[in-house]
Amino acid sequence: MSANLHPTALPTLAIDNLSVRFGESAAVRDVSLRVEPGESVGVVGESGSGKTQVFMSAMGLLPPNARVQGSVRFEGTELLGVAPAVLNRVRGSKLTMIFQDPMTSLTPHLRIGIQLAEVLVTHSGSSWADAERAALLMLERVRIPEAKRRLRQYPHELSGGMRQRVMIAMSLLCEPSLVIADEPTTALDVTVQAQILDTLRIMRAELGMGIVLISHDMGVVAGLADRIVVMYAGRIVEQGPTAEMLRRPEHPYTAALLRCVPALSGPRLERMPSLPGQAPDPRRADQGCAFAPRCARAAERCRVEMPQLRALSRRHEAACHFPLSA
Amino acid sequence: MKALHRLRANPGATYALGIIVILTLGALIGPLFNPNDIATLDWAHVAAGPALAGAHWFGTDRLGRDLFVRTLEGTRMSLGVGLTASAISLGVGVAYGAIAGYVGGRLDQLMMRFVEVLSGLPLIFFVIFLTVVFGRSPYLLFLTIGAVGWLTMARIVRGQTLSIRQREYIEAAIASGAGTLRIIVKHVVPNLWGVVIVYATLTIPQIILFESFLSFLGLGVQEPHSSLGTLIAEGAGEMEAAPWILLVPGSVLAILLLCLNIVGDGLRDALDVKER
Repeated sequence: MSANLHPTALPTLAIDNLSVRFGESAAVRDVSLRVEPGESVGVVGESGSGKTQVFMSAMGLLPPNARVQGSVRFEGTELLGVAPAVLNRVRGSKLTMIFQDPMTSLTPHLRIGIQLAEVLVTHSGSSWADAERAALLMLERVRIPEAKRRLRQYPHELSGGMRQRVMIAMSLLCEPSLVIADEPTTALDVTVQAQILDTLRIMRAELGMGIVLISHDMGVVAGLADRIVVMYAGRIVEQGPTAEMLRRPEHPYTAALLRCVPALSGPRLERMPSLPGQAPDPRRADQGCAFAPRCARAAERCRVEMPQLRALSRRHEAACHFPLSA
Repeated sequence: MKALHRLRANPGATYALGIIVILTLGALIGPLFNPNDIATLDWAHVAAGPALAGAHWFGTDRLGRDLFVRTLEGTRMSLGVGLTASAISLGVGVAYGAIAGYVGGRLDQLMMRFVEVLSGLPLIFFVIFLTVVFGRSPYLLFLTIGAVGWLTMARIVRGQTLSIRQREYIEAAIASGAGTLRIIVKHVVPNLWGVVIVYATLTIPQIILFESFLSFLGLGVQEPHSSLGTLIAEGAGEMEAAPWILLVPGSVLAILLLCLNIVGDGLRDALDVKER
């Protein structure tokens, strides 16, 4: 919905021809991606598809042995290869991240209130007292019960769902333009997952920030994202508006992912559907379609010629020689 | 404050801390209550057992000097050396190790090679050299032992920091835009306290023993002043004829070390937020 609302505005995040290599392995191969202001983008792929590495490079969190090429611009400012001090002006305030495991991403010996306030003190130079007041307000907004008491508690005194709410509150304190949520519900119970996704949805409606939701679960992404990007073996294989992606996937890999989402209605299945074969070796030479060995539709051409992303409808792109609609 | 509260909930640690406080106070003001003096020779009571006669409550050594006063003075000396040296090794070692471990890379290599070079130097040579240059004084002794003690502390802290650096909350702190110094001070160092405090309480006995060794060589505490180490060395020679000369300072040292260890253990539990 929002991509066309601000046609002239600078994209919040502009990734161009990004490649990330670790020695022989290529984690990300020539990825280009835009996140418009206020847009919610779901990035889907299995483990090792490079979906996390793309955004780690934006946060400057890649390990030192990573070799990065391309460009990542946040509101027009280049983030790749700049000094940590420059990066610190953006990350944590305008560009924030919610991590997968709330159990381990809060510093264990610091009270919740101090950890939250620290973000504000660092970025907006407010006093500790003001920062703690703002932290309290934010905790109430993300619907943490007894928010006032939580400020004085340590992370281990909170449940997993509550800690993830604290992480969400922390990521929102400085009114960011973009929040990157890296599998924010994977480590949580299913019931809590739904609450956390609800919280993200409500906060987005209230604050209007953009969200990048990284997940391996189509179901999680479908409820929150305006647009879905599917990655496979370090490349984007398909992207398009959520409704269209769910109804008419073009890439056989997306279709296979969708088949793996268990349905509550319909005939009972003997086995959970799964995708045969394994994800390709990241050291593999960049030749042909990476999905070809697991693809039922693959032909000789798929093994030789690399399919490029091409538009199949106005905002729907897929990298496949034989898209499903053809 | 909460940690102190938890420490007080641990009866063993509370009693041990009480005994340390009593020993320290005794070492500081105890000699005032006894008419004897560390250097006065009482020829009427040479190597006398503990008795009220001549106010020699713990007996006398083979020169007739009062053991009560000498033991308390020795405790003061040993505690002083132990605490100062471990404070130095704590301060320098933690800062050095945390920076090397967190920053890593070339700086880490450089800093740790420097530590290795220093620990390769023979300690005794180092102490003799300093004594010759600056003259003999207890303060120099504090400094020298502290100057060497931080090496192991720095290594331990660096190792621990290397593992903490990999934790997700450090990554989260980086992602929230905190600077390197802030991360080291607020997110890394407090997590080290457990290890650091246990190691520090373990070094105090080592330092006390090392001090007595230096004193024995004539480089540390000199007569008529005493330390627990010199008193024990003296007492060991008279063990068969006058066992109290060994037993009095020996028991004080044993009690002191035991209490320090119990307190260290209690502190580690009290400071560790996660274990409850």
